[in-house]
Amino acid sequence: MDFATLFVQQLINGVSLGSIYALIALGYTMIYGIIKLINFAHGDIYMVGAYVGFFAITMMRTSVFPALIISMIITGILGILVERFAYKPLRHAPRLSVLITAIGMSFFLEYGMMYFVSPTPRTFPAAFESSGISLGSFVVNGQQLLIFAITIILMALLTYIVQKTKIGKAMRAVSFDTETAQLMGIDANRVISVTFALGSALAAAAGVLVGIYYNSIDPLMGMMPGIKAFVAAVLGGIGSLPGAMTGGIILGVIEALVSGFISSTFRDAAAFAILILVLLFKPSGLFGTDTQEKV
Amino acid sequence: MGELLQMKKYNSKSAMQKFDFLLLACSVVLFAAIQAGFSMDLIGSFWKLNIILICINIIMSASLNLINGYTGQFSLGHAGFMAVGAYVSVILTTNFGAPLIAGMVLGGACAAFLGCLIGLPTLRLNGDYLAIATLGLGEIIRIVIMNIEYVGGAAGFTGIPHLTTFPWVFVTMIVTLFFIKNFVNSTHGRACIAVRENEIAAAAMGINITRYKVMAFTIGAAFAGIGGALFAHCFYIINPSSFTFMQSFNFLIMVVMGGLGSLTGSIAGAFVVTALSAALASWPEFRMIIYALALIFLMFYRPQGLFGYVELTAYAPFNKLKFLNKEGGQK
Amino acid sequence: MEPLLKATRVNEMFGGLKAVSNFNLHIDPGELVGLIGPNGAGKTTAFNLFTGVYQPTEGQIEFLGKSIVGLKPHQITQRGIARTFQNIRLFAELSVLDNVKIAFHFHVRYGLAEAVMRIGRYYSEEQRIENEAMKLLKIFKLDSLAEETAKNLPYGAQRRLEIARALAASPKLLLLDEPAAGMNPQETQELMDMIHWIRDQFGLTILLIEHDMSLVMGICERIYVLEYGEIIAQGTPAEIQHNPEVIRAYLGGEA
Repeated sequence: MDFATLFVQQLINGVSLGSIYALIALGYTMIYGIIKLINFAHGDIYMVGAYVGFFAITMMRTSVFPALIISMIITGILGILVERFAYKPLRHAPRLSVLITAIGMSFFLEYGMMYFVSPTPRTFPAAFESSGISLGSFVVNGQQLLIFAITIILMALLTYIVQKTKIGKAMRAVSFDTETAQLMGIDANRVISVTFALGSALAAAAGVLVGIYYNSIDPLMGMMPGIKAFVAAVLGGIGSLPGAMTGGIILGVIEALVSGFISSTFRDAAAFAILILVLLFKPSGLFGTDTQEKV
Repeated sequence: MGELLQMKKYNSKSAMQKFDFLLLACSVVLFAAIQAGFSMDLIGSFWKLNIILICINIIMSASLNLINGYTGQFSLGHAGFMAVGAYVSVILTTNFGAPLIAGMVLGGACAAFLGCLIGLPTLRLNGDYLAIATLGLGEIIRIVIMNIEYVGGAAGFTGIPHLTTFPWVFVTMIVTLFFIKNFVNSTHGRACIAVRENEIAAAAMGINITRYKVMAFTIGAAFAGIGGALFAHCFYIINPSSFTFMQSFNFLIMVVMGGLGSLTGSIAGAFVVTALSAALASWPEFRMIIYALALIFLMFYRPQGLFGYVELTAYAPFNKLKFLNKEGGQK
Repeated sequence: MEPLLKATRVNEMFGGLKAVSNFNLHIDPGELVGLIGPNGAGKTTAFNLFTGVYQPTEGQIEFLGKSIVGLKPHQITQRGIARTFQNIRLFAELSVLDNVKIAFHFHVRYGLAEAVMRIGRYYSEEQRIENEAMKLLKIFKLDSLAEETAKNLPYGAQRRLEIARALAASPKLLLLDEPAAGMNPQETQELMDMIHWIRDQFGLTILLIEHDMSLVMGICERIYVLEYGEIIAQGTPAEIQHNPEVIRAYLGGEA
């Protein structure tokens, strides 16, 4: 493969990986926007989503789309429960206390899951068969097409919810100023629950898609992508939905290019280097200006 | 800070020295008791290794507490500095035949240098942003080491001489604890605590905030490096996967459980976490679930940890010693 | 006589908003000067400019004949300006004594090595600053509370502790931001006497912001009146009381 071909192929791989990051990053950014918490457990929510999808396909014999929806619903409920149980009692506690709780929650989900399903990786069933398309010398395989399609649909759906619906407007209000929003009669607890549900459902979708893409899931699969997605959210400007989407895609592409042209072992280092550079030189990220709509 | 409060009762020179002497005397007794246990075969090799690991983890948690607890800068990259100390020291001892102490000194110095270098730009960040940035930096250190062929890359560094002995770790631990205790009870340590309490007020009192953040970070990194050197020489092989952010979280758990801003807390935290890990070695998931629930419920009901901040005077860290000290005074 | 503090044509913009404009002020050594003005007039902004918390957009601020523009807050404190805060900023979780000891920081003469090995001047210096801290606490009637955690002090005592702590930094110029806020008349009276006394005792120069007119009129030798970020009048208390500008702007309702 010549340079240009490799470059474009890595670009395609990067965008599909980046779509996954973007889906997880959306949840991070929404939750951070609304309760100023780096939800360390968010990556593990994504892992739970993958397992729910896995069991739906293997045990309930569903096809991919019902599995995706089941996983999003169940994981969305899990997100609400996590918030109710672990974060809500600490609504007025110092932020670091909540951060430590989130780390604890992350461990709880990881090792709780490990306890039930054993640490061995599971092979995700090849539930989605498609030959994909080849464009000249590049290949976009079926799983990648599926990822693109689902990501675009979900992002469009989320944008619609946040922009047009009543609950979306309430989310933006709470994110902008929780106290004032409450004075205006908005039930902040309900809005926070909805935010966790939406964020978790998106992460669950990402989990199922990753299962289909890489064919393998394990209880600790959420650790790295969770942190990477946070990097994506920071890169895009934390609190900004378009930021999370763009940040995710950019991060995925950079990682794919680093893997393709330097070494895959430096993939993670590249992501962290981006994080630190952004935090030091442009902490508001790409889209995180004051005029940026926040959720 | 608890120690700081406690100092009040001993703040004349002779009382402070008497207190230090009693601490040392107790350490000697503890050392002799454990050493006797080893030589009389009362403590098997499994627990012997774990006692050594407890001492190393006390060094790690006390040094992390200086950064997170006393200075209030939330770092999640401690394992990275540990890795630097470990790798620098094993290169010296294994490839150049240097003694362990040389490895510890140079390992600590390299970790301190890196800590200072990283701390200067990073410590401008606050709270959770600093946490995630230090986590990233710790991982970068690990990934860089993983890509250096000279130290064995991902496969690890093999053939390390088994130089870490109980006397070495115990003495190093005592030196570390005294260093940090004396530091936090000095004007420099008080400056760090002031930074934690209120940055704006600290600056208004003439304290150079950046300087003390970086100082605490550098000292913390130095001891993490020393701890790493001791850790590496417990085993025949070390590899980068021993120094992931999970390891940093592990030290964080010790500090948070024991109590932020309390050295006694760090000792207790390191002891409980290490002993629990050893006891539950066959049920790793179970162990982590316990930690997870402990962290969550601790934040609900006792966010300052077992010992921590003000409560320390009541739950006196060196309660026993305080008592001994009174007796000593009566003589 | 050369002024101790001199601000010349200082402007401070927040975004498009002028917080302080064309601000001129000079304080001679030993003076006790008041800075008054309605809420939002820019009094605390002026303090933040003098102490390096904010940097002036334009203009010059000199202390002891040298510019302090561009210096960090701790550098300015080390040159001899200490302050208290309108919204009390104590080291809340620390003891009263430690709050004061911390402020001696710049004047402690032992190094890091001496501290961690407890050699050299460590013990003697620790003893010295503890004695001096206790002396300050005694002046402010806080010595019996030395071991108390700062956040547990009653409000008035917290305000006094802030002043004691500021004095521990051994300033030449002391800036007091609403020292009597939240105090009852009797406490305010005691505080007035105390401020007067410490000025003479420590050879200080004091600039204070106050809402309580009786306090300002009672102890200040000279008063600046600030409105919408501009000095509209200055003079002795008597002059200020009769200045038509001030009556219009500040005492408007009562005139």
